[in-house]
Amino acid sequence: MSNENNGKKGDILLDMRDIVIDGYSDDRWHEIVKGVDITLRRGEVMGLIGESGAGKSTLGLAAMGYARAGCRITSGSIMFDGEDLLAKTEEERRALRGTRIAYVAQSAAASFNPAHQLIEQTVESTVRRGTKSEAEAKADARKLYRDLQLPNPDTIGDRYPHQVSGGQLQRVMTAMAMSPRPDLIIFDEPTTALDVTTQVEVLASMKRIVEHFNTAAIYITHDLAVVAQMADSIKVLRYGETIEDAETRKMLDNPEKEYTRSLWSVRSIDKEEERSGDIILKVDHVDASYTGSAKVLDNVSIEVPRGHTVAIVGESGSGKSTAARAITGLLPPSKGQVLFNGKALPPALKERSVDQLQKIQMIYQMADTAMNPRHTVRDIIGRPLEFYLGLKGRARDDRLMELVEMIELNESFIDRYPAELSGGQKQRICIARALAANPELIICDEVTSALDQIVQKGILELLLRLQRELNLTYIFITHDIATVKAISDQIVVMLQGRVVEQGMKSEILSPPYPEYTELLLSSVPEMDPDWLTGLLKARSEGASATNR
Amino acid sequence: MGLIRDNRRGGTVHPVIRTILQRLGLGLVTLFVVSLILFSSVEFLPGDFGEAVLGQAALPETVAAFRKELGLDLPLHERYFEWLGGILTGDMGNSFSGRGSSGGSDRSRPVIELLAPRLANTLFLASMAAIISVPLALFLGITAALYRNSIYDRTVNALTLTTISFPEFFVAYLLILGLSSFTKIFPSLANISPDALFWDRVYLTALPALTLTLVIVAHMMRMTRAAIINLMASPYIEMADLKGASKSEIILRHALPNAWAPIVTVIAFNLAYLVVGVVVVEVVFVYPGVGQLMVDAVTTRDVPVVQGCAMIFAATYILLNLFADIISIITNPRLLHPR
Repeated sequence: MSNENNGKKGDILLDMRDIVIDGYSDDRWHEIVKGVDITLRRGEVMGLIGESGAGKSTLGLAAMGYARAGCRITSGSIMFDGEDLLAKTEEERRALRGTRIAYVAQSAAASFNPAHQLIEQTVESTVRRGTKSEAEAKADARKLYRDLQLPNPDTIGDRYPHQVSGGQLQRVMTAMAMSPRPDLIIFDEPTTALDVTTQVEVLASMKRIVEHFNTAAIYITHDLAVVAQMADSIKVLRYGETIEDAETRKMLDNPEKEYTRSLWSVRSIDKEEERSGDIILKVDHVDASYTGSAKVLDNVSIEVPRGHTVAIVGESGSGKSTAARAITGLLPPSKGQVLFNGKALPPALKERSVDQLQKIQMIYQMADTAMNPRHTVRDIIGRPLEFYLGLKGRARDDRLMELVEMIELNESFIDRYPAELSGGQKQRICIARALAANPELIICDEVTSALDQIVQKGILELLLRLQRELNLTYIFITHDIATVKAISDQIVVMLQGRVVEQGMKSEILSPPYPEYTELLLSSVPEMDPDWLTGLLKARSEGASATNR
Repeated sequence: MGLIRDNRRGGTVHPVIRTILQRLGLGLVTLFVVSLILFSSVEFLPGDFGEAVLGQAALPETVAAFRKELGLDLPLHERYFEWLGGILTGDMGNSFSGRGSSGGSDRSRPVIELLAPRLANTLFLASMAAIISVPLALFLGITAALYRNSIYDRTVNALTLTTISFPEFFVAYLLILGLSSFTKIFPSLANISPDALFWDRVYLTALPALTLTLVIVAHMMRMTRAAIINLMASPYIEMADLKGASKSEIILRHALPNAWAPIVTVIAFNLAYLVVGVVVVEVVFVYPGVGQLMVDAVTTRDVPVVQGCAMIFAATYILLNLFADIISIITNPRLLHPR
């Protein structure tokens, strides 16, 4: 199946020269992309990688001749198949979009129109272009669904977006991009919102179909291991500038720049696990449910040793966050009990004493929404000092300073508002707020998931240091195996509200694995361009060992 | 989401039907509560119909006899249930007027007989105004969203705001001045007779209908525009843009289908106003509608007529809101097509 538009493989398809893009914020224009070049040949896949704010999405959209509201392409040239996109009128560029250049967005759930059936959206641009009749386009769409290994390919298109899972939606979106047989597809973080186990399948489908149609692609992500599976070459961006670009294997084997190496820095922390003494928290055969119907927690038992870290891992919907809610009393268990220092805690938050509340603190994934935007850092950290410890005036301020120094910030932060802090700084303030109560146990719910790699590393190192100095106990909820390796002593694996495995880190992370743990571990992308291919081969052969 | 899940457990009935039946039941309960409030509040009004009709000088015995004849001496709850039972069987009781002064013979008319032709007139005028204003508001709202911040958008916004800012009677007099006094296109009086032909009615009610249109179009148009623009920042709108959809396609195909719920709510609100709130326009154009009937009934303390009119108004509100709810539900694919 070839595309009549496609020229020879190896011809230059996209040539972006010295692209400068401005973004409008704080009442003025800032350069957010500062003179980047991209050259892409037909059939080639280029990975654009960088942390948030690197300008990679903006650059990806610019390849379509598109700038978001509040952005403008100020200079440079974008030659697509020999035509200058910037010299064209908006109407001419519109005619290319969705036909010769297609886009796959990060959140499929938000990017599909809730009011239309999937197949209608899949064929929309193809039918508008008029190269296929609606019936032909729909038949082709069903074939694409089948190629992408969607379940029920003949009928799934009749469903509405909310009726289909996130991983399936992402594949339908790939079919939508492929429907007009474009020359170029921009994948903008297409698997970032997916669980690792789902991500593998989606990545595999995308890789297969892009190779099948010999489509050129720009693959945007912040995850180097993911891009390593997809791309022929990789370009590393930071603050809108190119740091380094090279062929994928060369980049992975021998990154030239320090910054590139730092992109997989979290993977470099590996905590020495420790066996432990007394049990500080015991979750004893707990059931819980939200509306009295399906159990979200089913007979969950977890033991947490004092001064150590227990990581709870699992995909979304596995009940790991619900376990935290049951422990803190936000969601009283319907069966079983939670013992803290050997004594049963009252099931509901309201029935617990201030002393019991003080001993267990929580840190959340979204530091943004976990702080009142109209409180200063002083108010945010000062509140638990007053509430739990009754500190006032001078004593309170002294303790406040100690805490701020403990989280490696300084006095100058005390009167700032959350909006004046970076993502990592916000999470540090949340840590200080938890510490202010002098807790024995801190529950960390995906606290590093929203952060860039380097910042993640800083936060994890801080948590480890605090644990050593203050003999803190952590329950660390995460879906990221690299984070688990970095911080945990023990691991609890959850699936569909049950604990499927628990034990010391070394035991869980080494074979033999129970079935689900193996699926989870083997799905985590590795820094090896052959990893995905190897994994799929191993899985299809039904072999028990992965490529590692 | 909660709603969907609850419905899924409900069994075989389609969740949309279930929800609609729920809303219908809720509407009936509301109407019942309204009838209760209405009946008791009229009861607690100061003054007495007997005294009002017979005059301050009437002997207490005469007043008492008159009250007895009307059934006003019975206990409150008995009268309430009798009245409610009557309404349920289509009988709203008899008007108070026409009684008393004439002595023995009863020349009073059933409320329904008074109300029915007036209601027909009111609904006719409301329909005229709705047929003009709803499509006009939608058209203006959609085009204003399409050409957002253009001169067109600003002009439409300014004009509709102007018409809504004037009092109704002022708009009415301006129209009379322009379209009746100077140009003689339409008559300034809309006192249609019961046997008027259809096109004569249309001709006669043109000016009041136009007045009402000018009064309500702004609200609906602005909500249409706002509901669409509110969706324009959604990721799926950007996706449509990146799929090469034109601006009008984006608005009509991608934004509008998701914008119906707020738009329909405002339309229902304004349609209810067309039935319930038009008394000023009726007075200006001497139009024989329910509003005038009710005002007259209030001044003569004709309690059954007041209660009848108020019940009609309440039912209109509840019915139109129910209608808006149903449209919101069936334009929401999450409810229409549960997982």
